[in-house]
Amino acid sequence: MKLKDILSPFSVWKKAAQKPWTIIDPINDRPGAENYRGFHRNDFEKCIGCGSCEEICQNAAIDMVPVEGQETKEGNSGLRPRIDYGRCCWCALCVDVCPTGSLTMSNEYTWIADEPEEYRFVPGAAKTKWHDEEKGYKRSQDIQLIDYDRVDMFELSPQERDKSFIEIVKGYNKEQAMKEAERCLECGICIATCPAHMDIPGYIAAIRDDDIENAFRILYETNPLPEICGRICTHKCETVCALHNNGESIAIRWLKRYIADQIPPEKYKEVLGTEHLEDPILNKKVAIIGAGPAGISAAYYLAIMGYKVKIYEALPDSGGMARYGIPEYRLPYDQIDMDYDYIKSLGVEIQFNTKVGEDISLEQLHSDYDAVFTGTGLHLGRSTRISGSDNERVYFATDLLREVSLGNEIDVAENIVVIGGGNVAMDITRTLTRLQNQKFGKVQVLTTSLESEDIMPADREEVVEAREEKAIIDPGWGPKKIEIENGKIKGLHVVKCTSVFDEEGRFNPKFDENQKKFFEADMIVESIGQGMDLSYLSEEIKSGLKFGSRGRIQVNENFQSDLKWLFIGGDIIEGPDVIHGIANGHIAAKAIDTFLKK
Amino acid sequence: MTNISKSKYKDYKADRLKYPEMENGKPIIDLESHKFTKIWQGPQHPGVTGNMSLEVIINGDEVVNSKTHVGYLHRGFEKLMERRKYIQCFPIVCRMCVPEPDTNEYCVSAAMEDLAGIVIPEKAEWLRTLNLEMSRLGSFLMWIGGQASSLGMGAIGQWTIGMRDFWLDLFEEMTGGRVYHMYMIPGGVRKDLPAGFKEKAKDLIIKTRNLLFDIEKSFFNNAIVKSRLIGLGIISPEMVDEYGIVGPNARASGREYDVRINNPYVKYAELNIKMITSTIGDAYARAELRYQEIHQSLDLISQILDKIPDNGEIQAKLPNVLHWKIPAGQTYVKAESTRGEHGFYMVSDGSEYPRRVFLRGASYTHAISVLEKLIVNVSISDIAALMVSLQTCPPEIER
Repeated sequence: MKLKDILSPFSVWKKAAQKPWTIIDPINDRPGAENYRGFHRNDFEKCIGCGSCEEICQNAAIDMVPVEGQETKEGNSGLRPRIDYGRCCWCALCVDVCPTGSLTMSNEYTWIADEPEEYRFVPGAAKTKWHDEEKGYKRSQDIQLIDYDRVDMFELSPQERDKSFIEIVKGYNKEQAMKEAERCLECGICIATCPAHMDIPGYIAAIRDDDIENAFRILYETNPLPEICGRICTHKCETVCALHNNGESIAIRWLKRYIADQIPPEKYKEVLGTEHLEDPILNKKVAIIGAGPAGISAAYYLAIMGYKVKIYEALPDSGGMARYGIPEYRLPYDQIDMDYDYIKSLGVEIQFNTKVGEDISLEQLHSDYDAVFTGTGLHLGRSTRISGSDNERVYFATDLLREVSLGNEIDVAENIVVIGGGNVAMDITRTLTRLQNQKFGKVQVLTTSLESEDIMPADREEVVEAREEKAIIDPGWGPKKIEIENGKIKGLHVVKCTSVFDEEGRFNPKFDENQKKFFEADMIVESIGQGMDLSYLSEEIKSGLKFGSRGRIQVNENFQSDLKWLFIGGDIIEGPDVIHGIANGHIAAKAIDTFLKK
Repeated sequence: MTNISKSKYKDYKADRLKYPEMENGKPIIDLESHKFTKIWQGPQHPGVTGNMSLEVIINGDEVVNSKTHVGYLHRGFEKLMERRKYIQCFPIVCRMCVPEPDTNEYCVSAAMEDLAGIVIPEKAEWLRTLNLEMSRLGSFLMWIGGQASSLGMGAIGQWTIGMRDFWLDLFEEMTGGRVYHMYMIPGGVRKDLPAGFKEKAKDLIIKTRNLLFDIEKSFFNNAIVKSRLIGLGIISPEMVDEYGIVGPNARASGREYDVRINNPYVKYAELNIKMITSTIGDAYARAELRYQEIHQSLDLISQILDKIPDNGEIQAKLPNVLHWKIPAGQTYVKAESTRGEHGFYMVSDGSEYPRRVFLRGASYTHAISVLEKLIVNVSISDIAALMVSLQTCPPEIER
């Protein structure tokens, strides 16, 4: 034993004179670090109640609960996360996964309460002292546990597409679709928003599992027109997608198209289990007026319930506005046929070129059938009624689009002005640019709308693509007068539109008369909205119906009118778009079933 | 071993040369004979490292036979993970070892990356290296306090736990958590270093070195420590292979094996690191070796701080973690914890959940079979010192 080993330990006595390291008052003197994972905060303004935090929490510490003052609305479930701090392990995975970035953590780590129940609360609803604190854990921009970027879709370039009506969007391949499907959070906010309440997360999950047949069956549960909807649906689901808040929403519409494209038409019956559905099993008959999306949707669901269904269509082919209002480059006709041929194969009969009210009366249908569903759509154009709009070279967009679909040649002028800022205006603009390109080899179409660029009702990509196709879009002008010389159109006078809606949100445009423009043209197309043609309703029937605002017929929640045998749906009731029509048709079909079984 | 305790009883002497009597190489222990006493050390006992228990049979003051009992801390982590999505595993695994959670985090993340074929960014690798080495340091500081306390020197424990807390402050700034950091996730790490971190860490390295100097004077140059630890629990080189001993316990018996050097992971290959070994194999040699490894850790941390790139990505792109499926396969990922080789075996069946996760922790052998072997003939007052000198960690046994 060395003497050093005995003496050396006594050196620790020097510590007796040193200051201790202990913090006297840790609650006040020792705040958590800048990015400490303390108690949660939730910004209700940003939170959409998608429940991703609840889904990812491995301790099941989070429940989504209704909170006072938070309403359920489009894109917002109205639920908010309630956190049980008896279970929480402070891993902050909920913060990292939050697609809106609303959920964060404060650096507060001490808190004393009397009741154990107080440690289970909804951050953001309960007033906590750390709610307005800046410090604490937030999701780093460097890490992404969710993929916020959409898989690109292959589209034809402007040069490849501007002369023809070939479909622009080419659709996902398997690899792309699975990658895109991978991004879904399965929050289901889209289901609530979709008018047809399609099980969107369900079919996206089936794509992920590469079970296309199951996905296809899920589509047909609520939507019998997947090829059509997969191309031209107004996709309200994508507008509310949880990923939309911080990145790009899931390409729900294109995934639907991907599913429908994978199943060959000859396999439809086998996949959907309708092989033996040939003869109607019920001896009740239903007549449907209009072979548009609403009518065919009602027909499909009635047919699989076992009813005999016959559709009366005024035009020579099926599809309604989907065929006669939407250009072929967006929705090829063979795709419409694919959806319709399957439904026709289930025993649904369609009688074309038969206009109810002229060729056959509604009263006749009422006496021949047990119930009637009508979905006649918005086929009439609306006029601006400005001076000169009665000229023969002033057209309605709907009429021109119908003529193009019918295969009739239209007399395209070299210099055209289109009035309107909606999707139909874009459709006619882009149709006319193609026709001009074919005829003259150059484009001279100008589209103007009351609404300024930021509030134009048309889809953004439509405006961008129209410009790529060399159309000029000059929004924010109100049409004043069409200049006519010797019966020929010289152009359109416009004045600046300063606001479209008044403070209460009603349509009440204001103009600045000092700012003027003149658009030269020798042909003008009006596309400021569509009207309905209800001439097939006789006075006697009309007297049995109630009419609401803007001349719309009033129906109950099952789309049943005051005449119990008459059901009405589609654009003339809701929309206008395809998915509302499909949803109306489905609900009406169920209601007709209930009505006929009474 | 040489101290034979003196008995008050005239008719019986606790003569360890006589008792227990051997028959066919096995001791005959009959508690009814009143020659032996059975005592329990643990599960609630300050002298055991965590919640495990030793059923010790003594003759006089000396251990004749012992059985280790585990099961007081079983939380079923491995099974829990089979019901968790891949991304939900990292908050669980860190709880497998309180003093040194990051090795678990690293292994489970690296296993997933290996199975899924994800390559993590350069900077994330450096941050992981820093995190792992800081975590080794924190664990060593806790160990040295325990080793001193097991010999009755509580003051040293207070210093080192205090110093460890300063390192936990740094962990808090770096990761957002003090004890369970939950910092490494599959694909990289969750946060970049905050501003001013490197300077703080360098200051703390100096502070820690000063403390180590005090510890050297009071603990290693200490007649009592030497008399009690030298010759205690000798691990022979043959035992290393026989029992599968790893880490400092094996290196103190001459085995040159350190995962950081033999199978370098993260950025250890780019650091200047030397194998530390000893040939004596007793508790004092193990303590000295660990003391040198603390210095090595401090040296490595300052090397890492100098080499971490300022810019760069910290996370590789993951697929949507809510339904992340990893292709079917299996892998074994290992790292050097303070206790030795720490390995995770992971099997994926191609679904969203791991099919099997298995932890091979060093303590499984060290605390169960090695301890049972070494404890025989040790005085009951030295059991705690022996157990701490093996640096065992019961949660690692009961995953």
